[in-house]
Amino acid sequence: MEFAFTKDQRLFQESFRDMLQAECPPTMVREAWENDTGRAPGLWSKLAGLGLTGMLVDPEHGGLGMDELDFILLLEESGRFALPEPLLGAAFIAPPLIRALASEDQARRWLPAMASGDLVPAVGLDFSRKVQDAGTADLLIMQKGSEFHALERSDYSVEAQASVDRSRMVCHVSWAPGPKTLLLRDTDVLIHSAAAFNRGALGTSAQLIGLARHLIDMTVEYAGARTQFGVPIGSFQAVKHQLADAHLAVEFARPMVYRAAWSMARDKGDTETHVSMAKVYAAEAALKTAKAALQIHGAIGYSFEHDLHLWMKRVWALASDWGDAAWHRQRVGQAVLG
Amino acid sequence: MNLEFTEQEEAFRIEARTWLEANVPQKPLPSGDTKEGFAAHLEWERQLFDAGWAVVSWPKKYGGREASLTEWLIFEEEYYRAGAPGRVTQNGIFLLAPTLFEFGTEEQKDRLLQNIAAARHLWAQAWSEPNAGSDLAGIKSTARRVEGGWKLSGQKTWCTRGAFCDSVFGLFRTDPSAARHKGMTYFMVSLKAEGITVRGVDRLDGDEGFAEVFFDDVFVPDQDVIGEVNAGWRVAMATTSSERGLSLRSPGRFMATASRLVDLYRRYGEKADPSLRNAVIDAWMDAEAYRLYTFQTVTRMMQGESIGAESSLNKIFWSDMDVRTHETALALLGEKAELEHPAPSAEAGGSWMKAFQFALAGPIYAGTNEIQRNVVAERVLGLPRK
Repeated sequence: MEFAFTKDQRLFQESFRDMLQAECPPTMVREAWENDTGRAPGLWSKLAGLGLTGMLVDPEHGGLGMDELDFILLLEESGRFALPEPLLGAAFIAPPLIRALASEDQARRWLPAMASGDLVPAVGLDFSRKVQDAGTADLLIMQKGSEFHALERSDYSVEAQASVDRSRMVCHVSWAPGPKTLLLRDTDVLIHSAAAFNRGALGTSAQLIGLARHLIDMTVEYAGARTQFGVPIGSFQAVKHQLADAHLAVEFARPMVYRAAWSMARDKGDTETHVSMAKVYAAEAALKTAKAALQIHGAIGYSFEHDLHLWMKRVWALASDWGDAAWHRQRVGQAVLG
Repeated sequence: MNLEFTEQEEAFRIEARTWLEANVPQKPLPSGDTKEGFAAHLEWERQLFDAGWAVVSWPKKYGGREASLTEWLIFEEEYYRAGAPGRVTQNGIFLLAPTLFEFGTEEQKDRLLQNIAAARHLWAQAWSEPNAGSDLAGIKSTARRVEGGWKLSGQKTWCTRGAFCDSVFGLFRTDPSAARHKGMTYFMVSLKAEGITVRGVDRLDGDEGFAEVFFDDVFVPDQDVIGEVNAGWRVAMATTSSERGLSLRSPGRFMATASRLVDLYRRYGEKADPSLRNAVIDAWMDAEAYRLYTFQTVTRMMQGESIGAESSLNKIFWSDMDVRTHETALALLGEKAELEHPAPSAEAGGSWMKAFQFALAGPIYAGTNEIQRNVVAERVLGLPRK
């Protein structure tokens, strides 16, 4: 038993963090809030340059051929910086799904372009009407019952659903399935859609950990600097205990998320239950942290001008995306209690 | 990352399981916090030692089998899974011994460790005083230098099973003029020494699990000082972080409780309030989270890192979890929850209510959870002390 990441995995995390530190400051997140795409201009090609878009694409198709465990710390970092790019959908969920569904010909056409960052895919599953980033996607993979379809931009129309997090491009998609769009029709479709769903829930959990971590860091900094009654407010026990509890929740959620990534990467069975435990823990820890962060920031945190809400609103959105805590708790309950 | 156990570790698990299944007493022993129960527990402890399972991670010469930390975790999982008795030797094994390993002389280790493991020499902690609980540095008991040793005076309280033990360990002021955290020394004291008075104190559940110990000019030889004179605070802190952290509360115990709760839900869940289903799922997940968190910690320790203030996180988590789990069990039992041994209708001999009361001590002892939250906020997160 060894519950730790390798040096290489940690190094990749650090270089990604350094890159985001430089390229994705809060001003960039704000820009994504204000433009029509919800994207950070110019950032996708830099993510591709670091290899992120091809992490889960096999080397034969121009990717790095890595796995979910290699990716999980990077998703956590993307949360820490509130990265407004479709990393989860386009680089974590879509590549393994497309690899499983596509013909050899399609795989040769799509996967290298995905790995290089030139083709940005999005995925919609029956589980939810929401399809993230469908409006800016180059290729849309949609489930409809026991079929998967591949849609080009001209095959569907999009109805934007404004999110509390304005960098999130939540869409409803209108489209008609046809023989031209059909990718796969058989009983395996449900296996593939379940795998894609679990990948979505796992990746979201990792992002929630990163978001919560940043909320704690910024709140600790604020509580150490802000003085009232002549002392830093962080010296008050009522403030300390809220932050200690948030830290506790996040640090006990973290190994749940890592374990689920390990189970998925090694295909050890129980992945579904492990992912659900991770999502319950990560969502609840992040929501608790967001609440404490706002309370401790006080009025300044309640203002639109302060950066706090950018992180907090991402937490609110992701906490219930890909199954909320209540849904995932019931899935754990099915496994444990029947 | 590899969350599977090696073949060797799995073989160790099977060996432990096989022995425990054959040897764990069929009927639960009476409470180890009563005189007769303590004696029954000692018999079990000695059986455990003779078979080499008392202190698996210790060196062979002190009665261990030099198991890795991972194997120790596996042993603990099997121990509690088998429903084996609580360890009445734990103050010696999990509090005093780690201190001796770190600060003791070779003479002390050779004289004391094997007897601790074999339950031949029984130890109680003597930390708190009537006016020094959470504020441990506020202790007033003193030790005065005399020829060949020290004379101890003062009073200690809440000494776990002190009425049944042979000796205590604790801090005494050796330099009254020094600053609060200085001038204390770590002593081991025989309860048979002249000038000692021990008075048993009943706990919340009515068992005589506590004692007060009065010291009236009690002589302690130099050989029973651990670490440097006046460096007792540092020595004691090493012990308390082991009390808060890993050694005293291995995940196996909570996993066993969670699976007993699941069994209880299977029998009582249908009649109970539907919201309790979620509470049972949460209890199960909490035990999982604690297990995984511990795996992470153990991996770091095996890679040579030391765990400092983070042990406070551990302590808050397991103690709060343990209370919640038992509250859920009592809620499932409904009106039967209050029934105690020897009530014929009591579920599991009333052990849930008994264990609930024990769980309630968790957020209080080994440094209250309020103190632990301060430690997390100040030493882990870096918030200002003042």
